[in-house]
Amino acid sequence: MFLNNLPALTLGTAIPWDLVQQSFWPILSGGIYYTIPLTILSFIFGMILALITALARMSKVRPLRWVFSVYVSAIRGTPLLVQLFIIFYLFPAFNVTLDPFPSAVIAFSLNVGAYASEIIRASILSVPKGQWEAGYTIGMTHQKTLFRVILPQAFRVSIPPLSNTFISLIKDTSLASQILVAELFRKAQEIGARNLDQILVIYIEAAFIYWIICFLLSLVQHVIERRLDRYVAK
Amino acid sequence: MLTVKGLNKSFGENEILKKIDMKIEKGKVIAILGPSGSGKTTLLRCLNALEIPNRGELAFDDFSIDFSKKVKQADILKLRRKSGMVFQAYHLFPHRTALENVMEGPVQVQKRNKEEVRKEAIQLLDKVGLKDKMDLYPFQLSGGQQQRVGIARALAIQPELMLFDEPTSALDPELVGEVLKVIKDLANEGWTMVVVTHEIKFAQEVADEVIFIDGGVIVEQGPPEQIFSAPKEERTQRFLNRILNPL
Repeated sequence: MFLNNLPALTLGTAIPWDLVQQSFWPILSGGIYYTIPLTILSFIFGMILALITALARMSKVRPLRWVFSVYVSAIRGTPLLVQLFIIFYLFPAFNVTLDPFPSAVIAFSLNVGAYASEIIRASILSVPKGQWEAGYTIGMTHQKTLFRVILPQAFRVSIPPLSNTFISLIKDTSLASQILVAELFRKAQEIGARNLDQILVIYIEAAFIYWIICFLLSLVQHVIERRLDRYVAK
Repeated sequence: MLTVKGLNKSFGENEILKKIDMKIEKGKVIAILGPSGSGKTTLLRCLNALEIPNRGELAFDDFSIDFSKKVKQADILKLRRKSGMVFQAYHLFPHRTALENVMEGPVQVQKRNKEEVRKEAIQLLDKVGLKDKMDLYPFQLSGGQQQRVGIARALAIQPELMLFDEPTSALDPELVGEVLKVIKDLANEGWTMVVVTHEIKFAQEVADEVIFIDGGVIVEQGPPEQIFSAPKEERTQRFLNRILNPL
């Protein structure tokens, strides 16, 4: 196999700091210009979709419940990589040109929307029924109670699991390299292809950069959690 | 002020309220008593459509709902805005301060001027003795204090009628008094109130009329002196006996 062509990075081999230094910015820039925007955009659209899906699946309208259940089932039952390819080739099939980046945003949003809808649904159901009633008795409509009373409380409950989803999404965006999005991992692959003898170093470097991004964003999670915990007994 | 006619409520096969008729007159305090499972809480909840009755009519002076027909959501909202509800478990909004809890209805539902509402809300909290706690979140308050905020929140929407669902049942005994005192003050101010309670002494002192419910029907009703000292029905006697001499 092709691995035979690669000289193994044997123990004791000096780390090629020159290459690490040269490749650091190109790989990181893939993260800054593509990975992070792709993650954030997909997460925002995904959350909107997740909320709609969660509400639809709790609605009294049966066809609505059904449609969104099929959506969740299909997304959860198929590999993300396959979804990515389908979206990428779907638009050209209808003679619509869509760049890799927006294709990826659509695929990841659909994916996150399905998974997060279950989290949001569970969080809404975790708010005690008395809170709905309290809203109703001061004259609120169902919708007003949902937005003023229930969702703010559900949001707090959903932060830890949604943070997990978010962190997973950051890493999953590496799959977009397969549809030619010039994100962090694709940058690493390109540099690796030019430096086959040091390819392991490049990939470890890429992993390290992902780790740092995820670490920084998990700090943000803690800040949000602390802010939302101000009204909860410790 | 409110006439209840032929109110009927079932959960599945289980008939909880059987043709309840009652009249609530303006400025009167009605205490509802009854063993657990008698339907007293369900009756109270029907009065502002937290439970939708299967049959029967609720008639206010200026509008009425007939539950035998399909009920419009707009009518339910109208009904709810006529009454303030105080829950056994308070159900304050945990993500809002005491003051915000009280302001929520007037500002969000009635769309009234925020500054004006704020002044009123502070007055209401003052009335229930919690002006100095207005910026605290519910978890920072004791049960009795939370319930008093609950009362202020219900009063804030300026209802015609106040409904209390066992307002002191979840409280530690030493906190019951502070809540009952607030309710008693409201009675003295002339509020129309329906109170589901187990506090016999409170009912005796504050209620104008006592209704005893068992098995989904009104077994007996009358002024507290009569119900408590000379109940006519055997079921009422037995219930009062159990409550007054639990051992």
